[in-house]
Amino acid sequence: MINLKINNIPVCIEDGSTVLEAARSIGIKIPTLCHLKGISELGACRVCVVEVKGMRNLVAACEYPVTEGMEVFTNTERVLNSRKTTIELILSDHRKDCLSCERNTNCELQRLSHKYACDSHRFAGSTRDFVFDDSTDYLIRDNSKCILCRRCIAVCKRQQGVGVIGANERGFSTHVACPFDMKLANTPCVGCGQCINVCPTGALQEKEEITRVREALSNPGKYVVVGYAPSVRAALAESFDLSLGTNCQGKINTALRYLGFDKVFDVNCSADFTIMEEANELVERIKTGGKLPMFTSCCPGWINHIQKNYPELLDNLSSCKSPQQMFGALIKHVFSKIAKIDPRDLFVVTVMPCTAKKGEKNRTFTDGLADVDAVLTTRELSALCKENGILLNELPDSETDRPFGEFSGAGAIFGATGGVMEAALRTAASILDPNARFSPVEFSEVRGLAGVKSASYTIAGQKINVAVVNGLNSVNKICESVKQGESDYQFIEVMTCPGGCVMGGGQPIRATIVRHKAEIAAARAGVLYSADKSMYTRRSHDNASLQKIYSDYIGDACGENAHKLLHTHYCALPKYVKE
Amino acid sequence: MKGSTLPFDGTPEQEKELRQKLAELKTKPGALMPAMQFAQGLYGYLPYEVQCIIAEELNVTLSEVYGVATFYSQFSLYPKGKYQIGICLGTACYVNGSQAVYEKLQQLLGIHSGECTADRLFGLDATRCVGCCGMAPVMTVNNDVYGKIKPDEVEGILAKYRERD
Repeated sequence: MINLKINNIPVCIEDGSTVLEAARSIGIKIPTLCHLKGISELGACRVCVVEVKGMRNLVAACEYPVTEGMEVFTNTERVLNSRKTTIELILSDHRKDCLSCERNTNCELQRLSHKYACDSHRFAGSTRDFVFDDSTDYLIRDNSKCILCRRCIAVCKRQQGVGVIGANERGFSTHVACPFDMKLANTPCVGCGQCINVCPTGALQEKEEITRVREALSNPGKYVVVGYAPSVRAALAESFDLSLGTNCQGKINTALRYLGFDKVFDVNCSADFTIMEEANELVERIKTGGKLPMFTSCCPGWINHIQKNYPELLDNLSSCKSPQQMFGALIKHVFSKIAKIDPRDLFVVTVMPCTAKKGEKNRTFTDGLADVDAVLTTRELSALCKENGILLNELPDSETDRPFGEFSGAGAIFGATGGVMEAALRTAASILDPNARFSPVEFSEVRGLAGVKSASYTIAGQKINVAVVNGLNSVNKICESVKQGESDYQFIEVMTCPGGCVMGGGQPIRATIVRHKAEIAAARAGVLYSADKSMYTRRSHDNASLQKIYSDYIGDACGENAHKLLHTHYCALPKYVKE
Repeated sequence: MKGSTLPFDGTPEQEKELRQKLAELKTKPGALMPAMQFAQGLYGYLPYEVQCIIAEELNVTLSEVYGVATFYSQFSLYPKGKYQIGICLGTACYVNGSQAVYEKLQQLLGIHSGECTADRLFGLDATRCVGCCGMAPVMTVNNDVYGKIKPDEVEGILAKYRERD
């Protein structure tokens, strides 16, 4: 343990801690812009500087280690002046359209600028030539708001193991971009949007589709159907000042009706369809000696990653469409028949915790019709509600419409890492052992936030080894072992984002201080697991609406119709495309 | 996309040599810079294709390679010309009108400093002081030095090298 003094207050903290951590431990907050615990710790922004007795220069608290007898001052005149000047210098090269910026009131630069009473025009001078990249379907980089904190670079490389952006050139010309300033669309970017969630300003945003949704809603010729993903109900409340871990499912249903959607369904329902198909596909592969291990295919970031980085493993990928694409296909080709609507008049909107889903919507078509027409992120739904004056926290709860609003507990847990695995095991267990008097429902070994979780289950005398991976950096390791033939797994669930979809790139952006303090992933996942626990129907194949739709419109799971409607195929893609 | 637009003309022999060297460097910490220096020595510059090989062999991202390549001015994304032109923009040359000569060169060759013409005949560098300020403004072509040069003399000098080729 190390003893030091911060602002004359004695502190005792573990060796190896930073000054920032020592200050936090006694309730003193030192401001930061570039720091992200465990991900980005390079002291680039100089906002966290503090004075250390005996040192000539100010030091960056986020990376400076504590030493015995050290005396630190966090709020001297010199420190405050330095922070203020640093922020004013950053502001001198920042496009200040704060009033209409998407991040207005949720911008770390704005907060600091306000806190230190900065003059945003103190250093008027040259500005850089800015990179603007809107080449993908899901993300916009506007470097006129970039402050070069490099958090996006760190999260892309260190957390996700993707590394498609970096700091190019030097000095005043330094800018964050892809190698050779290529367009993002021509790189192995997977679209996870984790960079958006760590950006302290509005330099990174999803590509908005609110405009298209608004147009569809006001077009009398369109029948607009919406479905929202499991994770949306676990996080939207945070945008309306409700506490972390509040389930606002009932309020979302009401809000979506207020917005004018003709039908409000639930992607939890199509998640049940995904499980029917995926569990049957797994059992089929195990029984017939098909390609194993089988990877899940729900996550579009993972699909992008495997297509560009591990094309040799494409046969291991389940051929199931994701719940989002299944939702669209079911609405356009089954609901259209139930409601007697021309599928061309249907406009299918999904609300997702994910940015990659915006790219995924253009992946699959059924009978020449796009499965999904527009994808909103959780953040966009919040913006749409606010723009329409919908006070989510004051709304009464309501139910989803039938039949595509009914779901099981298995569908509900899809948003958490391990959720798809657990849901699939519930159904696979009962396919493999249809006569068992007791079929297991909870598979707690696959829950939790570890990067890689593995477990073995014996079902009907059959041993099944499973792995659950989240965060692409962990995925790379598993892929390498499968490639080398060293893996003994039969089934592997992959989610691109650490913690799963609840931590997706389309979820409400939380300030660093909240990220460092609260277990956001656990709180959001908790919403899904308690929803599951409170449900009577907890296995996908017990969903009554689903059973009826299979028997009336589809036939057998993994049968010919099911394949046409609910399955897809994948192709290898080049990592980089030279422009 | 930044970097040279000229077609990559690396040979299989060069690639073999590069990959051999990279395999050797890979085991050492801090292999990236020496790898890039070696590659630039081999090809004369660091085009997209070469940076991809370095990234692949050293198991680093292309972003890292490109970041280093554009941070240090010793690395070039453009090949050198057969006749490498230097125009001095140092103080003495500049006050004697070298900027106008530089602009004339850019206009006649259709390239900027650091780049190379499509036929790879001429490369252009805006340089610092070359050490003969008495002759300002100074232009060099490989080892030939031209002093007290005026913009309207540039065309004739370029023609001389074109004929020689």
